[in-house]
Amino acid sequence: MNTLAKSMDDFRELMRRDQVFDIVNRPADNATVDMSHGVALYLESITKSFDGFRALDDLTLYIGDGELRCIIGPNGAGKTTLMDVITGKTRPDAGTAWFGNRINLLRLKEHEVAQRGIGRKFQKPTVYENHSVFENLELAMHANRGVVTSLTWRLNGEQADRIDEVLELIGLTGERDRLAGLLSHGQKQWLEIGSLLMQNPRLLLVDEPVAGMTGQETEATAELLTSLAGKHSVVVVEHDMDFVRSIARQVTVLHQGSVLAEGSMDQVQNNPRVREVYLGEEE
Amino acid sequence: MQSQSALSRLGRLHSGTAWAVLAVLAVVALVVVPVLHTVLPQDSPLYMPGWMVTLAGRFLCLALVALALDLIWGYTGILSLGHGVFFAMGGYVMGAHLTRVAHDDGSVPNFIQWLDYSDWPWYWAGFESFAFTAVMIALVPGVLAFIFGFLAFRSRVRGVYFAIITQALTFGGMHLFYRTETGFGGDTGLTDFDSLLGFDLAQAQLGLFLASAVVLIMAYLLCRWIVTSKLGRVLTAIRDAETRLRFTGYDPLRYKLFVWVVSAVLCGIAGALYVPQTGVINPSEMAPPQSIEMAIWVALGGRGTLAGAILGAGIVNVVKTWATSAYPDLWLYILGGIFIGVTLFLPHGVVGLLRRRKEASQ
Repeated sequence: MNTLAKSMDDFRELMRRDQVFDIVNRPADNATVDMSHGVALYLESITKSFDGFRALDDLTLYIGDGELRCIIGPNGAGKTTLMDVITGKTRPDAGTAWFGNRINLLRLKEHEVAQRGIGRKFQKPTVYENHSVFENLELAMHANRGVVTSLTWRLNGEQADRIDEVLELIGLTGERDRLAGLLSHGQKQWLEIGSLLMQNPRLLLVDEPVAGMTGQETEATAELLTSLAGKHSVVVVEHDMDFVRSIARQVTVLHQGSVLAEGSMDQVQNNPRVREVYLGEEE
Repeated sequence: MQSQSALSRLGRLHSGTAWAVLAVLAVVALVVVPVLHTVLPQDSPLYMPGWMVTLAGRFLCLALVALALDLIWGYTGILSLGHGVFFAMGGYVMGAHLTRVAHDDGSVPNFIQWLDYSDWPWYWAGFESFAFTAVMIALVPGVLAFIFGFLAFRSRVRGVYFAIITQALTFGGMHLFYRTETGFGGDTGLTDFDSLLGFDLAQAQLGLFLASAVVLIMAYLLCRWIVTSKLGRVLTAIRDAETRLRFTGYDPLRYKLFVWVVSAVLCGIAGALYVPQTGVINPSEMAPPQSIEMAIWVALGGRGTLAGAILGAGIVNVVKTWATSAYPDLWLYILGGIFIGVTLFLPHGVVGLLRRRKEASQ
């Protein structure tokens, strides 16, 4: 018994975290997100070329914890490529991308990025058309994603309540059991946002949320996104300048794959270079 | 508590009506057929001769194939035009067992002698045992499907490209088994079986039919369990919006691989039950048209409904049995006609048609 206790002590000594090499203490791939420095996303010197065309060119961008950030820029400025890099769809040629202080995004696949807490909404609303609204939200719910678990999965009361809560939030309570394919365009956009919320993400990437929405729907969307900020970090890519003006506190302007300007909407609008490349074309 | 929740899960597989229909069909297969075959006198008009029992048993095996294919195509949206290879693998494993049993006197079949072997080659070892064979029936198609599926799904091969490489897989398998050197009887395949588990095959028609029926019912319930679970909803989501699913945190690779292997194993079991009822397994089972025909069964019955797949396999094979004896030259035209007709007029198959009727009458 004594020998066992002694060898246990030896083992503990060996495993003392302050005594081993740093490489052994490297954060595990399944580390939980740590935003203790107040920054949700660190993107540094990201470069990505497609056949010689530099979609992203030495781009550096930080998103704060709980921040609502709008990213604008003319077509081809690299907005979608940026989203692809963050979510693991595209690997950059150079640069680093960290989610919080511990998660290296460049080592993760798409589904792993999503599991760590980054939700992405696409430009074209994508919902599971042959599932009901409720089932769409159930599939998106943050839970174990294993095959065997899903075979024996049953929703508990708490989870069902959470779904009802989100249904209320996105205004689809009345459509609970309808097939998602039968929803209107705006409702699908909302369902997709609701699906994102079910994942409990720390960071939401939202690509053109109000494309094809009516004025009233746009207003409601603006309200929803602003209410999400604080609890989640939200990055919105949008073309609709009125919409951006209505929600944005911080705006980043992308141009030719790198950051052209950053600041409040007023600052950005008065920036002469921004006026030249982007706003100038419109007004 | 555990068994109670398992029971309630079983109850939720189906509506009451559907359970009743299933029960009636099970009674027909497990009670009515044996009575018609054994109790009725041979001159009765309802007497079911042995050949008819065997024919029905073969249809049940093919229905199992359709079920397996529907799981992967109808529900997950992955079209396989190579399921014949899994069917044949199960068939060859069973054939190997039957061949060894037929040569339990220590002799070896001609095709082994022609290869200048005096004894069974190493890969024939173990097949004299039924238990070993039973494991291999699942393992051989399962492992083949796992390796192939892993490589294809990891590279994100999808849609028509995937269908084409499954054709290549079954085509390659066919040529491998056509070679005499492969040691499975070349183009003749394996035949001259006499007994299985000590039963004379000539007398075992009813037993094989019943085994096929029981396996089909169990496989149906298994598939039903899969498609009504959250796993089933994930599979349908892969079919409808795979990218969305990936960005929701699911790894489609695992799900696809799981259902692909399940499908291949079911197909292998079907092949293993089919072979003793036809008395032969040869490489023509792996010919590409065979696998395409399987897809037609599912398309005709109705993709994405398990009952549809079974129904489609039944309809096509009944027509085939009739046509290949009445108009042997026309059969392929008839099959082609069915396929074109279904594509143009019945996108949701026979089941879709019935469903539309029902909705229209309400």
